[in-house]
Amino acid sequence: MKSVILRTASNYLLPLLLLFSVFILLRGHYSPGGGFVGGLMASIAFVLHAFANKLENTRKLLRFPPGSFIPVGLAIGFLSGLAPVFVGKPFLTALWFDTPVLIVGLVGTPLFFDIGVFFVVIGITLTILFNISENIL
Amino acid sequence: MLPALLSGFIFAILILLFGKQVRGKSAMAVTLLPLGLFTYFLFLLPEIANGNALLFSYPWIPSMGINLDFKVDGLSLLFSLLITGIGALVFFYASYYLKGHRYLDRFYCYLCIFMAAMLGVVLSDNVILLFVFWELTSISSFFLIGFNNDDPASRKSSIMALAITGGGGFLLMAGFILLGSISHTYSIREMLTSSAVLKENAAYGWILVLLFAGAFTKSAQFPFHFWLPGAMKAPTPVSAYLHSATMVKAGIYLLARFTPVLGSHPAWNNTLLITGGITMLYSAFHAIFRTDLKGILAYSTISALGMLVFLLGAGSEQAMLAVAVFIIVHALYKAALFLTAGILDHETGTRDVTQLSGLRKVMMPVAIAGLLAALSSAGLPGTFGFIGKDLIYETTLHAGTLNIWLTAAAVLTNILLLYAGFLAGIKPFSGDLPEAFKAVHLPDMRLWAPPLLLAVLGLAYGIIPALTDTSLVQPVVQALSPGAAVTPLKIWHGFNTILLLSGITLAGGIGLYYYRQPSARRQQALQRYDFISPETLLLKSAGKFDVFSHWYTNKLHNGYLRSYVNVIVIFMSGLLGYKLITGVNIYLDLSNLSRITMYDVTIFCIIIAAIWKTISTSSRITAVASMSIVGYCICLLFVIYSAPDLAMTQFTIDTLTVVLFVLVLFRLPRFLRINDTRVVVRDSIVSIIFGSLIAIIALEVMNEPTNKETSRYYAENAYLLAKGKNVVNVMLVDFRGFDTLIEITVLVIAALGVYSLLKLRVSSTEKE
Repeated sequence: MKSVILRTASNYLLPLLLLFSVFILLRGHYSPGGGFVGGLMASIAFVLHAFANKLENTRKLLRFPPGSFIPVGLAIGFLSGLAPVFVGKPFLTALWFDTPVLIVGLVGTPLFFDIGVFFVVIGITLTILFNISENIL
Repeated sequence: MLPALLSGFIFAILILLFGKQVRGKSAMAVTLLPLGLFTYFLFLLPEIANGNALLFSYPWIPSMGINLDFKVDGLSLLFSLLITGIGALVFFYASYYLKGHRYLDRFYCYLCIFMAAMLGVVLSDNVILLFVFWELTSISSFFLIGFNNDDPASRKSSIMALAITGGGGFLLMAGFILLGSISHTYSIREMLTSSAVLKENAAYGWILVLLFAGAFTKSAQFPFHFWLPGAMKAPTPVSAYLHSATMVKAGIYLLARFTPVLGSHPAWNNTLLITGGITMLYSAFHAIFRTDLKGILAYSTISALGMLVFLLGAGSEQAMLAVAVFIIVHALYKAALFLTAGILDHETGTRDVTQLSGLRKVMMPVAIAGLLAALSSAGLPGTFGFIGKDLIYETTLHAGTLNIWLTAAAVLTNILLLYAGFLAGIKPFSGDLPEAFKAVHLPDMRLWAPPLLLAVLGLAYGIIPALTDTSLVQPVVQALSPGAAVTPLKIWHGFNTILLLSGITLAGGIGLYYYRQPSARRQQALQRYDFISPETLLLKSAGKFDVFSHWYTNKLHNGYLRSYVNVIVIFMSGLLGYKLITGVNIYLDLSNLSRITMYDVTIFCIIIAAIWKTISTSSRITAVASMSIVGYCICLLFVIYSAPDLAMTQFTIDTLTVVLFVLVLFRLPRFLRINDTRVVVRDSIVSIIFGSLIAIIALEVMNEPTNKETSRYYAENAYLLAKGKNVVNVMLVDFRGFDTLIEITVLVIAALGVYSLLKLRVSSTEKE
């Protein structure tokens, strides 16, 4: 799409949207949000960028192929579930640190689980959308 | 214990990461894993003497009674030692056998997974855990059997093996759940106490049917035996491992494990006696008609498995002793014979018994291994096989009223098995060396040392039975029938009926060996009856299934998305309509509806306008955009009725869907014209009916008294238990974390599907 306005806007919107998606991800445990929505928002940010600046540029910006987010996310999710096993608790039991962190609040394995979901969602949506648009555009 | 079990899986991953090294010189290093595990289990031996058992427990899903419980008793330790011990030899052997193979790393990866899964099967004390490992062995053996995946026959037999063992596995799962629900525990150890209750329960018959289905398919009992000869398409080390020592014995293990729980009941004993008896005779008979070395060995394995089932069916303490000894005997000689067969194949390029002869002149150590293994399988005095055979005859002779028949069956089977063993272990090495094999030379030590070691062990145990007696065999008997009187193994029982039977077996088998030459002609003669074999019958019915699915696919899946949607919607309408007619009283209670506000009215109007635009426009893009307006309006409704989480998700999903639609529609013609009024009328009728049904149901739902218990529980405990204030998110990541984990896995699979569909470029030659 050859629109100067869109391209300029997307350059500024991408970091903002990403920041927002991370914010949504982190606040999920206390207020509306979470890994799934956050991941979708981050993918929207990239899709918007791809529309304005051509797909190759977005791919370059991502550095890694979007598919590589999937195993990373799955691994984070799985390991966060596995972590309690090492202290003798059943799989997927929540473990929490005692002191709250600024903005995020308490940090525990559910947060990491959510981060895993976040990455999987980004990976999946971008893999599908990028491949379809590559085939078509 | 858990680290020992997991090590196989961890190793498998490591092998994939260091594939290059494994393919190269350090292939042998992989042997360290089974060797280490073997040593570990060896050190557990003294602990389980006198029927003691070691227990290891790790919580997994305690709320459902599913835990990582492991129990080491005589039975499981014997199997663990076989799995890791023969595993070590097979790993070692394969490092030369498949030297330089381009997928050697994958091979070891599958083999490690298989070994770990097998260990899991025999060590699990929880039936659900056992089932998980059980299916893992089926899956990893599927990969191993189909290892040469360029070969269509190989692919076919791996699918067959998976279909049969996997299908049996599902039934086994049902059996386990039934067992668990009756005895109120999933722990095998605790089921022992409710043994009497189980046997009196009305569902006892069903439990047996389901359990037997699992065990018989896995252990290749008649009529499910035919996948095993097909599985010989696997590389020989795999055949040796899967089909002599381990996987096929999983079924035997299962039956043995449940003998104390479900055994000593006529239904149990008779079924096992009959199935085992038929299997051992049928396949021993088949074995002597084969000319392919691996074919002979495969059928004689099935026969030996039948023998084990038969003995378990006999059920006496004597029989349990025979089972324990015969498992060791068979594993030792059969693995040795398989490995020598592999050497012959590797060096001469043929496995045809009618062509192989005189090879002792060029590969003496292999010949010795073959000879010793064949002698042990024949049960010559001085070998471990002799002791095993003695015990079998002793069992059948004391089996009550049917003893003559059972003994006759056992003797006949043993004669045929002896012949098969000689064919595989002696025939290729005796006689004159043909011209064609003059250039054959002794292979690397890595190939002949493992079978030689196994064969020598078979001899050593036979001469000094005390080596295995108290340490290995007796604990197994204690595990199979607790409190059994201990009778030490003896080499010599004096002159009695049993010795006479052994003599008949030997004379018969050796006579047969000298009198009868194997030939391809005989095999063909037998093949005339193939049309009534279980394999053909099953494949035929599978073919019918194929025909049906073709017909079904052509009828319903014609490639038009609109007709799919139509079928689904019409079917749903039919179902809902039927339900509404039969038993739902439709009444509209307006007082139950919340007050309609200005917002609602506005959104409603927008939705109506958007829908009208969607169906009236002639541009695809406009239609999609209007549809998305409907979606956004629903988001607004969510916001108004305070479900921000839902609204956010719906909003982002809607956006992405529109993007996706636009991408897909980009290439399609810009305008669509629907001229056909008939189609328009049909579609509108279908959608109006479906829409009104959904609306009626939505109203009905509001009339139903809602069950608030679950939501109240979550609302109350979200902060207390999970330290989160956002109930939706807490549910997703904490209370229902398992669901989410599996959901994202499903999403990944879906993405892989989409990816491979998009990237699939079938070349014109592959398109048939």
